[in-house]
Amino acid sequence: MRLIGFIIVCLTGAFLLYGTTELPDWGDPQSPASVHLSNHYIERAMEETQVPNLVTAVLADYRGFDTMFETAVIFCAGLACFLLLRDFRKEKERFYRHVPTGVILHFKDSKKKLPIGKEFQHMDKQWVPYDIIIQSVCRILIPFIQIYALYVVGHGDFSPGGGFQGGVIFGSSLILIAIAYDLKTLVTRIKEKVLGIFAAVGVLIYVGIGFICMLLGGNFLDYSKLAKIIPVDPGHIRALGMLGVEIGVGIAVMAVMAIIYINIVSEGKHDEGL
Amino acid sequence: MHWQIDLIVLTFVIFCAIAAISVKDLLATAILFGAYSFMMCLLWAVMGAVDVAFTEASVGAGVSTVFFVAAVFRTSRRTKD
Repeated sequence: MRLIGFIIVCLTGAFLLYGTTELPDWGDPQSPASVHLSNHYIERAMEETQVPNLVTAVLADYRGFDTMFETAVIFCAGLACFLLLRDFRKEKERFYRHVPTGVILHFKDSKKKLPIGKEFQHMDKQWVPYDIIIQSVCRILIPFIQIYALYVVGHGDFSPGGGFQGGVIFGSSLILIAIAYDLKTLVTRIKEKVLGIFAAVGVLIYVGIGFICMLLGGNFLDYSKLAKIIPVDPGHIRALGMLGVEIGVGIAVMAVMAIIYINIVSEGKHDEGL
Repeated sequence: MHWQIDLIVLTFVIFCAIAAISVKDLLATAILFGAYSFMMCLLWAVMGAVDVAFTEASVGAGVSTVFFVAAVFRTSRRTKD
């Protein structure tokens, strides 16, 4: 059986390699991808949209409808993770740790609760002593990561980056909180409902900008019509519309990354995890 | 022009891909996938597709590795076969 599998894999690989010989060379000016629309983008995008970064201009403006559904796909990924994994049954047992003495309290009754603070802290079965070095380094690093994420979102027009990358970086800073402290710290700082609302609001910002353009008499996602309500230089209105769309994408992606991580690592229980 | 860089990076890509499917430890596989993504990111950067390289670095090498590690954390660490 293993031999048959190996032969099939080798044959498929050989066919794929054979197929690549028909593909155009990298950077070939005569390839089908470079002869039709690309020339228009490269020659006219700067004067049409005033956005120096061509990739953002194509993604958020010329193919904005496509990117809208990519954002919707990300949202659906988060939704699917939530629906598949989320487990609302409460954990019966609770563990608390008395910080000054290190004594562990085990409550079998879920109704009894202790105030969490300097004296008592939550514990779970995978509890490890907090590492002061990791915590301090993360405490210093996280704000810089978040500011960098905002920079990536805001400068998507001018430099590589945009909503997706910025959102992922911001989401990973939230994941870093969960790894450096514990999952409860993250879940108590950002509630699950807030993350869900953020994910939906991000997609709604994108769709909303599209519909505002329609209400102002243009096509869906035709940012030039926004000039009627936003008093800026009409040449830059498309860059501004793209920025709004990127912010929507960033918010949605950030929330979805956190939702997926929290649900996977805690098996949907949102209490203990990596 | 960059064929030396291409050669080194492509060798690493193939090495990471083969290692990722042959090791028994799933945590090592997750990390190898991260290394694979990072090598692909270098490859995109060499080709001049900086936006794609950025996406690969943040999504492929960054967050998806963390997701794999999180999933391994909830399963047994070694494969059965």
